[in-house]
Amino acid sequence: MIELSDVRKVFPARRTAGEVVALDGVSMSVARGEFAGVVGPSGSGKSTLARLVNLLERPTSGTVTVDGRVLTDLDAAGVREARRSIGMIFQHFNLLDSRTAAGNVEHPLELAGLGRTERRRRVADLLDLVGLADRHASRPAQLSGGQKQRVAIARALAARPSVLLCDEATSALDPASTTGVLELLRQVRAELGLTVLLITHEMSVVRAVCDSAVLMSEGRVVDGGPLADVLARPGSALAAQLVPAPATPAVGERGGALVLVTVTDATPHGAVLQTLTAELGLSVEVVGGSVETVAGRRFGRLLLRVEGDDGRLDPALARLRAGGALVERAAAGDPRPQPDADDAPRPDREPDVQRLADAPDVQR
Amino acid sequence: MNDWSRIAPQLLDATGETLYMVGVATALTVLLGVPLGVLLTITAPGALAPHPLLNRVLGLVVNLGRSLPFIILLVLVAPVTRGIVGTTIGSTATIVPLTIGAVPFLARLVETSLREVAHGKVEATLAMGARRREVVRTVLLPEALPSLVAGVTVTVVALISYSAMAGAIGGGGLGDFAIRYGYQQFRTDITLATVVLLLVVVQLLQWAGDRWARRLATS
Ligand SMILES: Nc1ncnc2c1ncn2[C@@H]1O[C@H](COP(=O)(O)OP(=O)(O)OP(=O)(O)O)[C@@H](O)[C@H]1O
Ligand SMILES: [Mg+2]
Repeated sequence: MIELSDVRKVFPARRTAGEVVALDGVSMSVARGEFAGVVGPSGSGKSTLARLVNLLERPTSGTVTVDGRVLTDLDAAGVREARRSIGMIFQHFNLLDSRTAAGNVEHPLELAGLGRTERRRRVADLLDLVGLADRHASRPAQLSGGQKQRVAIARALAARPSVLLCDEATSALDPASTTGVLELLRQVRAELGLTVLLITHEMSVVRAVCDSAVLMSEGRVVDGGPLADVLARPGSALAAQLVPAPATPAVGERGGALVLVTVTDATPHGAVLQTLTAELGLSVEVVGGSVETVAGRRFGRLLLRVEGDDGRLDPALARLRAGGALVERAAAGDPRPQPDADDAPRPDREPDVQRLADAPDVQR
Repeated sequence: MNDWSRIAPQLLDATGETLYMVGVATALTVLLGVPLGVLLTITAPGALAPHPLLNRVLGLVVNLGRSLPFIILLVLVAPVTRGIVGTTIGSTATIVPLTIGAVPFLARLVETSLREVAHGKVEATLAMGARRREVVRTVLLPEALPSLVAGVTVTVVALISYSAMAGAIGGGGLGDFAIRYGYQQFRTDITLATVVLLLVVVQLLQWAGDRWARRLATS
């Protein structure tokens, strides 16, 4: 549905700043009906990526394809036409203060040249959909942040888009409004069959609503995929942020090997402890753990200290891995690799191709 | 001192002339100044329709218009006035320099008002597939309207003071009256009366403008 291929975006040097490579060879695709997240540190190019999808920003090179149309090949009129099928919501809502809630929702319909009665009907339906039918005459200034974002969502959906772009749509909201807006996004995605690309810096947002996600760093996609796959992938930087591993104790605090176990509803139950204690006769102690619900499923990470290893631990772990368990050795005092470690530049690097979930009907 | 029965109607006529000059000049100024202000705004670098050269030229013209003292402008545009109206004397002729003087003034105020409109609103509208002129018509102008009304009010008040100055060279209106009767015939009471009248007109206009702007901002 959304296809970026080897996209680069370079902001030319200005008097006040040098040239900025905001996106450096990004390729990604989002399947129809998918709820895809984009995360990464500030300045990593997330917003730029979202703005490329409706060509608010033109890529320096590479192509952007939405719903089979290569946007980067279209003329101005074609781009305007394509933008009607791509809704967008923003961190600061960007509602017009000179219009009421209803007037704001009506705006894109006016631009599309719809007749008055048809517009009125659609506006009423849309405000109803976002639960603000009674606030149609309110000005943005009279609405709470959560209500403003709901109006913005109604406005973004007015022209019946097939894609919805959300740039930090909940970042200016309190936790309760955030939950409400996310629930609304999930609901409209399901009801209208939308494809959603959601930019955020909050992992909790990704865990709550996304089917898949990519992790950006310095203008590149460094990790990503369907969340279930990402979490099951050993050493994944994105997984480490989605469900952080428990902090490992400092080196030399006590002896023994540290083993990190990732628990998903797909991994075999009980096998790890069974093997380590009953079969190998090792002493096992729980050092830390964390559990999160991701994409509607529970994921846990458990850090174990194993004492009495006589060389049989590593083969046993290998055997467990072969059996589907997610176990790995963790070094003491060594947090899991961070995604934005300052690696030396890799000039002749292939662009990262990240294939996100192909299945539109990820069961919930 | 009993000639007030004779002077009062003349004073009233002069007030009418001032209102006529300022009224027509305001209409023309809005008609020309608002589009000029819009053009100044949208051709700026990074704005809706960047055009550095046009922006530079327009900025230069506007600054030239604004840096000329009005009394100099009056003399400078006299040939233009004669070309358009056929004479340089009287209130209709004065409308020409008044408009030429006020257009750059208003254009700058319009530019300032439009720049205040958050860029996010423009982007959100472009993302809906709007044309640039639709962005100007449905976003920039309506969102800036309270501030535009305030700008027009300031311009009207400036026009009243310009029109009084135009009186110095036979432009008609209250300024002309104050000079011919008050100054040249040493009638301080007449000068004072015109000053009071000007003050009342300015106050009324400012009050109405403020009220209108406030109503727009809060409704
Ligand atoms: N219009 C612009 N002109 C110049 N540089 C820009 C422009 N927009 C973005 N950049 C630069 O591009 C880089 C990526 O910016 P972007 O806004 O995409 O980051 P982000 O990941 O969204 O960050 P944040 O989480 O802070 O919103 C930054 O270095 C930023 O300074
Ligand atoms: Mg951003």
